[in-house]
Amino acid sequence: MVAHGKAGLCSTLVPAPVISAQSLTKKYDDFTAVAGIDFEVAPGESFGLLGPNGAGKSTTMRMIGAVSTRTDGELTILGLDPNTHGPDIRSQLGVVPQQDNLDLDLRVRDNLLVYGRYFGLPRKQIAERADELLEFAQLADRRGAKVDELSGGMKRRLTIARALINDPRILLLDEPTTGLDPQARHILWDRLFRLKERGTTLVLTTHYMDEAEQLCDRLVVVDKGQIMAEGSPASLIRDYSSREVLEVRFGSDKNAEAAERVQGIGERIEVLPDRLLIYSDNGEAELVKITEMGLHPITSLVRRSSLEDVFLRLTGRSLVE
Amino acid sequence: MTVTDDARRALTSGAAPRRFGALYILEHRIRALRGYAWSAVMTSLGNPIVYLFALGVGLASLVPAGIGGVSYLEFVAPALLCTAAMTVAANETTYPIVAGFKWNPIFHGMNASPITGRQIVHGTMLFIALRMTFAVAVYYAVILAFGAVPSAWGILSVAIAVLTGMAIGLLISSYSSTLKDERGQLAMVMRFGFTPMFLFSGTFFPLSELPIYLQPIGWISPLWHGVELGRLATYGQPIAPWLIAVHIGYLVSIIVIGLWSTSRTVTRRLAG
Amino acid sequence: MTAPAPAAPAGAPLPERGRPAVPPAGRSRGLYAGNTRAVVGRGLLATKSNNWLIVVSGFFEPVFYLLSLGIGFGAIVGTVQTATGAEVPYAAFIAPALLAVSAMNGAVYDSTWNVFFKLHYAKLYQGMLTTTLGPLDVALGEILLALLRGALYATGFMVIMQVLGLNLAWTAILALPAVLIIAFGFASIGMAITSYLKTFQQMDWVNFIMLPMFLFSATFYPISVYPQAIQWIIQALPLWHGVELIRSFTTGSLTEMVWVHLGYFGLMIAIGIAVTTRRLRKLFLN
Repeated sequence: MVAHGKAGLCSTLVPAPVISAQSLTKKYDDFTAVAGIDFEVAPGESFGLLGPNGAGKSTTMRMIGAVSTRTDGELTILGLDPNTHGPDIRSQLGVVPQQDNLDLDLRVRDNLLVYGRYFGLPRKQIAERADELLEFAQLADRRGAKVDELSGGMKRRLTIARALINDPRILLLDEPTTGLDPQARHILWDRLFRLKERGTTLVLTTHYMDEAEQLCDRLVVVDKGQIMAEGSPASLIRDYSSREVLEVRFGSDKNAEAAERVQGIGERIEVLPDRLLIYSDNGEAELVKITEMGLHPITSLVRRSSLEDVFLRLTGRSLVE
Repeated sequence: MTVTDDARRALTSGAAPRRFGALYILEHRIRALRGYAWSAVMTSLGNPIVYLFALGVGLASLVPAGIGGVSYLEFVAPALLCTAAMTVAANETTYPIVAGFKWNPIFHGMNASPITGRQIVHGTMLFIALRMTFAVAVYYAVILAFGAVPSAWGILSVAIAVLTGMAIGLLISSYSSTLKDERGQLAMVMRFGFTPMFLFSGTFFPLSELPIYLQPIGWISPLWHGVELGRLATYGQPIAPWLIAVHIGYLVSIIVIGLWSTSRTVTRRLAG
Repeated sequence: MTAPAPAAPAGAPLPERGRPAVPPAGRSRGLYAGNTRAVVGRGLLATKSNNWLIVVSGFFEPVFYLLSLGIGFGAIVGTVQTATGAEVPYAAFIAPALLAVSAMNGAVYDSTWNVFFKLHYAKLYQGMLTTTLGPLDVALGEILLALLRGALYATGFMVIMQVLGLNLAWTAILALPAVLIIAFGFASIGMAITSYLKTFQQMDWVNFIMLPMFLFSATFYPISVYPQAIQWIIQALPLWHGVELIRSFTTGSLTEMVWVHLGYFGLMIAIGIAVTTRRLRKLFLN
């Protein structure tokens, strides 16, 4: 073991990616869920797949999770091919699926104990780790509760604790906060941020741009099974949007007419059914121009650009529809 | 291609689950059993007593001459053992299998760990076989207490009943594992599979008493093959050696094929 | 032993669950709005769109038993003497018993599992009770649905008995209303019991009573094989009365015992409805 470690140090001066995909493809009968995507994830990195429902994020996650077999392309996880080394790869992963699949017949702590055994870990080690993780997930006082009695946020945290029972190299999170109330989301983000600080490699999918901005070092924007853009949240916003956005509403019947008239203002204009988005480095200045033209929006708002704007630019559609 | 440090570590920690995964699943199921252990024990003890009083004392009074040279109680006892195993099989391979994918989707959770679909099936079946052995052994003890086992080889009927129960369980799981949506199909399995098998397999009277057009139900029914073997064990019912081989071969084949097809279905569904 | 949960804790959480669904006007509203028809209508619609095939398949269960035991086992047994002294073929002996058993099974299933599930999981009743319906409308509606289903099965089974020549007298036609009375009795008691139950585990106790009753109540053999004391116990249980009632009609061997059996079920219905009404009032209206 020691010898291996030293050899490893020498050979990983340039850190090898923990996940590497080339032309990764998944087809179901006549439907292509993932249409040939390329990406790499470096150790310790926090990597996100951002896209709307049905973009192929979950399918990609299931392939990375060495559960779903790819139809075409190359995929290496921790240097191994999931087609032949599924169990070995999975022994190093922690998986938080979109739908919680805790065992409802078991109590909170028992869920962790049983799961730890799937990795062949010694019972004593699992028991110690389970107690640590219950603390980490803020569930220590609910250890003997039935899973059914937990709130949605608690179940989610228990699922994350369960995914950490084997001290994974990579943690996969599929839509970790979808369906949770704002408070529960913030608690969860805080826990995930701590993991990130400890150096756990995180791979997560989301259709919330605030989540992607909070948690991801780097992300890919996915739509219809393809990667539309790649980069850090800041660089994506820089490359595909302006610094600020002016949102103006004229009322649903006057929206289109106003859009005609404001052409030429700002760098770019997006017309949504209920409002206009005017991209500019100075939103306030654009608003002054509009009022000088004699237009009087019902409401106006200047905000910073977000990944939502990046997505809109790339696909012409909103993330959350 | 060089083997990285990561890969080496994965291969090391993947080794134990690769080998013992099915046992880990067994451990899980035993832990989950605690929730309903008490009712399982009560049923395991209550049912045989009730059935033996009803059939051995009650129904037997209508057949004072016995059947095939033994008392009615002795005739029906090995059949009851097999039906007890069959009941455990049906309970464990219908709703729990569909639940594992759907209502309490633990199979997906297991598969996200190093455990494979095949190991999930093997571990689950191992658990069912153990639970069945317990239920049948208790049943056998009650039957002994009623004095319904003349032969010293009788204990073999416990193993025969488990063999029969597992064949039936794997037959059911081969189907239930394919169900993506439960809209009463399982109730149909019980009504048009389980109940006729229970009633037309030479369980309560020799198959030959049925009109010839109903007898084929018995021939294809794993229960009939098991019951015939059980009668051989408990009171030495005469059977041609080749027929013994057919009975055993039939049950073992169903188990092998059922295990293969259930594993295949589960693996494919998890990898979909 | 069969009622491990005392009434107070078993019932306690229920009003809390029921309360938010009941509108403020709930207190003053009556128990019965005379609109059972709406509940029955909903049930029929749900059956039509969901599980009609399962409902139909329920008819086959007693038929399988009749074919197996009546024909197969009957070939060995020959004839049996009934409690009223008639000597009848074995199939004619068990056919009326199977009719009574299926009436019991259907009614008990509908009034226990089904009602329990709707009460605790589907929250169907809470929804119904936010309308003008009263709890008694709902309860009676469920029982009527169960009876309707029971009548269908019984009619089908009677046709099969006729074809196989197992209706030995014209009085067999009276078995049809008798089946409904039996089902009504079991359904009302079943509902009363269900209103006290809290968990699915407690539902297991229902099965625990049903199995011995099914096997011991002169269904497959006369109870004269048992000592007098055990016979008395069996005769105190409802299924025995149901079996004997129907058997009297289908074999045409009637005695004044028929009135005792009918009286037994009359009492059962009265007690069942009274308890159910009281419980529903407690659960939903205060």
